[in-house]
Amino acid sequence: MAERRLVALGGLLAAAAALFLFWGLRGPSAYILELRLVKLAALLAVGAAAGVATVLFQTLSQNRILTPSIMGFDALFLLLQTGLVAGLGAAGASRISGLPGFALETAVMLAAALALFTALLGRTRHDIQLMVLAGVVLGVMFRTLTAFLQRLMDPSEFTMVEARMFAQFSGIDRAALLAGLGLMALAGLWLLRNHHVLDVAALGRGPARSLGVAYDRLQLRVLCLIAALVSVATALVGPMAFLGLLVSSLAHSLMQSHRHALLLPAAALIGALILVAGQTVFERLLHLQSTLAVVIEFCGGFLFLFLLVKGKIR
Amino acid sequence: MIEISGLRFGPAAHPILHGIDAAIPAGRITALIGPNGAGKSTLLNLIARQLAPAGGSIRLDGQDLLQAEPSQLARRMAVVAQQASVGSRVRVRDLIGFGRWPHCRGRLGAADRAAVRDAVALFGLEGLEQRFLDELSGGQRQRAFIAMAYAQDTDWLLLDEPLNNLDLHHARNLMAQLRQLAQARGKGIVIVVHDLNYAISWSDHVVALQGGRVAFQGPVAEAATAERLTALYRTPVMLTLLDGRPFAQYHR
Repeated sequence: MAERRLVALGGLLAAAAALFLFWGLRGPSAYILELRLVKLAALLAVGAAAGVATVLFQTLSQNRILTPSIMGFDALFLLLQTGLVAGLGAAGASRISGLPGFALETAVMLAAALALFTALLGRTRHDIQLMVLAGVVLGVMFRTLTAFLQRLMDPSEFTMVEARMFAQFSGIDRAALLAGLGLMALAGLWLLRNHHVLDVAALGRGPARSLGVAYDRLQLRVLCLIAALVSVATALVGPMAFLGLLVSSLAHSLMQSHRHALLLPAAALIGALILVAGQTVFERLLHLQSTLAVVIEFCGGFLFLFLLVKGKIR
Repeated sequence: MIEISGLRFGPAAHPILHGIDAAIPAGRITALIGPNGAGKSTLLNLIARQLAPAGGSIRLDGQDLLQAEPSQLARRMAVVAQQASVGSRVRVRDLIGFGRWPHCRGRLGAADRAAVRDAVALFGLEGLEQRFLDELSGGQRQRAFIAMAYAQDTDWLLLDEPLNNLDLHHARNLMAQLRQLAQARGKGIVIVVHDLNYAISWSDHVVALQGGRVAFQGPVAEAATAERLTALYRTPVMLTLLDGRPFAQYHR
């Protein structure tokens, strides 16, 4: 039943991808197709990364409302980006773009996220309200610090940061995309081998430990994974606050299962489907008259509220 | 046998346990009793390694529990916590299946499935296997968690207030099942119980705690006397024999 739904999701995604690639294909079609293929790859990567990261984070925090974005993961990434440009100057920062830049950013992001969120999850696990509050405060702090740094910058640096923050699927850095896909493949490989233990971890720290799971070590690894996935998604398109929540709610209500072997692929497929469909609508129907984030958060918000009222999401 | 020596827990200024020395026999039911805040659940959670002690040692058949490999320990000792709830939506059958994790790492074989069916039948969960945990009553959920620990098939079973949420029928059945597991299968069972009569009429051994110290311990018939219980709870307790079993009268 759940497996059949996964196949159906895959079919929908393939249809959406085909629509995105071939709708309104005119003129130098080989060239346009290549551009669209790169964009499609980025959309798929970001959607899958955001979906999987959110499901993983909700498993760790034992909570279905929290997402990495609410807890300030992507704000942290933007702060690091801004800090990099502010620290090195526009010339220095432009020298480390491409693959080395991506690697450096990801490494810094991993270290910072681990230091912060290991402590946060450890201290506030028993108290969800406290965890949400701490996450929201952290997110606001990162955002204000980012804004503060941007005020101190000179205009050329600021332009650079802005270009990095709002890349939005138009000018995609192909080297970064490749590196991101590589990183996601590694993450996927790890998940393929370890999805069973995540099912146990979802029971919570106490029960998981009494079943012999080395929970703290597992949590460290999964946090690494989340930080890497959020970095990929944010590096490619900038922050998308609502996508993760929508995707994980849909994945849970569609799969009706605790098994990560079903939840994670579902989240990846739904995330990718939403982004591809949203981008198609945004480019072909709205003629770029808005931003993709607005399309997704507007439609996604309605869908989320609708499902919530209908009792399909709990 | 579980040997506890000099076990301390809590900050030095306000310790919760001050150097506990106790011996818990294998193949018997041992009840941890004592007034609120005596440290019963803390002691149970320390044995279950859900908490890390400030000092002292716990040995299981001579092996230091604090050094033991978690995955290996999970095949020897199962734990049912007090507030058992889960964040994810799990079906009863899958929850009990998690009890097989230490043996099969999530890949349930024929033997594992048989153990799950066995646990379902033993704890009266037939017909509820496909239900989600959050759709059950507190008592049903409690029984599902106990069934999961049972499916873990360990020599030791630790239960923190297992009678909470259970009605008369299920409370009594549970104690009878634990009795059966201790007698027929030689399992060592440690329970925290508040109801004194359940403790003294079903268990073989008691460890009484008061203010983070052991007040008395030993076989029920010898250790749990009316004077000691009266002092332990600071409430007059009269012990009478009812069908050859001790019965405590303390209600009024």
